Amino acid sequence: MTFRARIGIAALAAVPIAVLVLFFLYPVSGMVGRGLWPDGKFQPGAVLSVLARDRVHRVLWFTVWSAGAATVLSVVLGVPVAFVLHRLRFPGIGLLRSLVVLPFVLPTVVVGVAFRHLIAPSGPLGGLHLDGTAVAIVAALVFFNVSVVVRTVGAFWEGLDPRAEEAAATLGAGPFRVFTTVTLPGLLPGIVSAATVVFLFCSTAFGVVLTMGGLRYANVETEIYLLTTQELDLSGAAALSLLQLVVIVVLLAFSARTRRAPAVARATVRARRPRGRDAGLLLWTGAVVAFLLAPLASLVLASVHGSAGWSLDHYRALETTGQGNALLVPVTTALWTSLRIAVVAAALALVLGCAVAFLVSRRWRTPVGRRLSATFDGAFMLPLGVSAVTLGFGFLITLDHPPLDLRASPMLVPIAQAMVALPLVVRTVAPVLLSIDERQREAAASLGAGPLRVLLAVDLPVAWRALLAATGFAFAVSLGEFGATSFLARDDNPTLPVVIYQLISHPGEVNFAMAMAASVVLAGATAVVMLLVERLRIGSVGAF
Amino acid sequence: MRTSRLKQGSIAVLAVLALGAAAAGCGSSGTTSDKTGSDKAGKTVVIATHDSWAMSKEVLAEFTKQTGITVKTQQHGDAGELTNKLVLTKDHPLADGVFGIDNTFASRAIDEGVLAKYDADQPASVAKFALPGNDAHYLTPIDYGDVCVNIDDTWFAKKKVAPPKTFADLTDPAYKNLLVTPGATTSSPGLAFLVATIGRNGDGWKDYWKKLVANGVKIDAGWEDAYTVDFTAGGGKGDRPIVVSYSSSPPFTVPKGSDQPTTSALLDTCFRQVEYAGVLKGASNPKGAQEFIDFMLHKDFQAALPENMYVYPVDATVALPADWAKWAPTSPDPVQVSAADITSHRTEWLRDWRDVTSR
Repeated sequence: MTFRARIGIAALAAVPIAVLVLFFLYPVSGMVGRGLWPDGKFQPGAVLSVLARDRVHRVLWFTVWSAGAATVLSVVLGVPVAFVLHRLRFPGIGLLRSLVVLPFVLPTVVVGVAFRHLIAPSGPLGGLHLDGTAVAIVAALVFFNVSVVVRTVGAFWEGLDPRAEEAAATLGAGPFRVFTTVTLPGLLPGIVSAATVVFLFCSTAFGVVLTMGGLRYANVETEIYLLTTQELDLSGAAALSLLQLVVIVVLLAFSARTRRAPAVARATVRARRPRGRDAGLLLWTGAVVAFLLAPLASLVLASVHGSAGWSLDHYRALETTGQGNALLVPVTTALWTSLRIAVVAAALALVLGCAVAFLVSRRWRTPVGRRLSATFDGAFMLPLGVSAVTLGFGFLITLDHPPLDLRASPMLVPIAQAMVALPLVVRTVAPVLLSIDERQREAAASLGAGPLRVLLAVDLPVAWRALLAATGFAFAVSLGEFGATSFLARDDNPTLPVVIYQLISHPGEVNFAMAMAASVVLAGATAVVMLLVERLRIGSVGAF
Repeated sequence: MRTSRLKQGSIAVLAVLALGAAAAGCGSSGTTSDKTGSDKAGKTVVIATHDSWAMSKEVLAEFTKQTGITVKTQQHGDAGELTNKLVLTKDHPLADGVFGIDNTFASRAIDEGVLAKYDADQPASVAKFALPGNDAHYLTPIDYGDVCVNIDDTWFAKKKVAPPKTFADLTDPAYKNLLVTPGATTSSPGLAFLVATIGRNGDGWKDYWKKLVANGVKIDAGWEDAYTVDFTAGGGKGDRPIVVSYSSSPPFTVPKGSDQPTTSALLDTCFRQVEYAGVLKGASNPKGAQEFIDFMLHKDFQAALPENMYVYPVDATVALPADWAKWAPTSPDPVQVSAADITSHRTEWLRDWRDVTSR
């Protein structure tokens, strides 16, 4: 590597690293530092003693088992669906694929209320007595995360050469034997990778546990929230935040060992029509899709049906500020704000994500290079596993003096949302860049193409769909983002999820129905974006 | 050799892209960030507040007309989260003034040195809401509201069950599995209800809560869950006819074509939340914050409080909306617990409460 190339790589790496340090490591360490240095004196003992509290043990145990159970269930439910949606073809499959991803990008407040409508004792599933139980929490966690398994494992399945399976079958292996000896080993890296990420998402779940658990259950994330916002027990919060960091680093290291990017499916169409023996899998997929759609259907129903019967009045009311002036701005204005913020957030995530994806998809020749690249990759996954409360409060206490007084800046929310979407962009773009044969670039260059020409002639034709798909996915994630946004200052221009939350928090039947109508609009907008993304047919979207 | 030149080239392009976008991002933030209040000294005042803040544009425009100052609000979660954020950021305050610290958090904000003194000219009726002693110089009362147990009268009439009246009734097996409340650790009305039970039961409050749990109380995270999902008359189709809410909630349950609400508040079960405003220490526009506090005591603002934030004005000479005057009376005898008491015991109470109510 020439000196200039090294400088170039360093410069390219510097931008995302600077962003990560400034908008993640610095705020989080600022907040944890307050807990470790209460009154300016270093007191690690106070932090350690927190971990000995009885309550903390209960919280840790609940976190581990609820996240573990949700992860296992997501895998069990998701793997057969991944096969059906990624190896078969039938009319409407594109729609199904985008519907499956929808829960992942919806705000937790919306889903929490929709779920409770279903399982509250008076709801359609009230007879199951699930309300307020741990089962309900796990079910909601699975609802959010099934798509991660479907997309990730599906991407691996698409890249799996069916000839190996066919060969095994020819040699006399039954379907079960083929699956366990050929297919499963090929999928395993995808399953491990998906399971790791799902476990991370579940163990840091916040809104779902609060809404569904009815306070009887607490996980690490809700406990950090209570300790920080209500008790101002910063030592306690710091202890749990540090524990989260340790767990996520261990998990990422573990998954990096087994993980490899899925081979990107080449142009040959391998999807086949369903046959008779697929009936079981199709039924299974139908059941999973029904499970994912039921809460969404209950939202739609609540938005058009009130005590006054059926009507679309609540949709018309979205141009108002609600019953009793519940909102500062009409819902339609908030929708525009959300769309504007999502454009900026998606652009930021795309630019940073491309830089990261480019670096991690290089074929590093030295072990040091490979290790650095893997660390770099993992570092950008960290925001997925760290408390949004710690990060949000960290923003407020660290980015608080010139030249970095960003607390009131309108860029803060898009930046925070870009940090959330960044890992998803990296995971979408990197496998595609990795699939480009280095020799193509070399050939182009030897024919006299300059560097820019090579990028345009070789990389872009292969990667543009992935770039577009990643942008769309980041856009959808930003539209539905609530957690990080809600812990930052909310100024006079709230986003749609925040407005929905405000509507739910105000009394009045009209406000509640408007919240449902606004949720349907949000879900609809997200669904349209995901449908467009789906048309680009990039298997790695939403995969980890 | 060629390979590295190629990579170098693509790196350069991506780097330019990244820097370009970063620069564009900075540019757009530069043009719109006039919210800090410091860059247009005196013309903008930033008020930190809670999520329940709502005020009509006309009223705020009236303030700008009178003073030439524009108000920017920042919402920071509930009253507890708001107070704790101000404590954490006191070296570099988030805003110029604060509205929405209530009597359950007032002492913490004052003890932590978040606020600067300001004595506004107050209408006579405000005095009874003031904090005791020296604390009164830091926080000015603006509004109040009663957190009370609400019942669905229609439900009790239909089932031919006599509705409950007091705290003690709620532990009666006749009302098993009928009460839902937002949690004290996650919701400000939830905390108010807990404090009310402590004020009424004294040291016996933990036994009282054990009885509530044994009688099937349902504890939700937020008021919105309790009222809109679990309460029988809150828009959703809940199955619990007793809910912890506000004395101002019943007027919202007047059905179309009727003039009488279907719910009512139990006035023997109320805790009074008083909301205060103050000037932040180290504010860049303290004068603006003071003027806004004066304005909040002005009749225009006081009269707009019920319609916008569902709270009662501290100025008793301001008329309430007609349906409030009729259907939302406040408690003649709310439970009294001092702000100082709440601050010194809050953590202990909340820990004990969590132990009693969670598993």
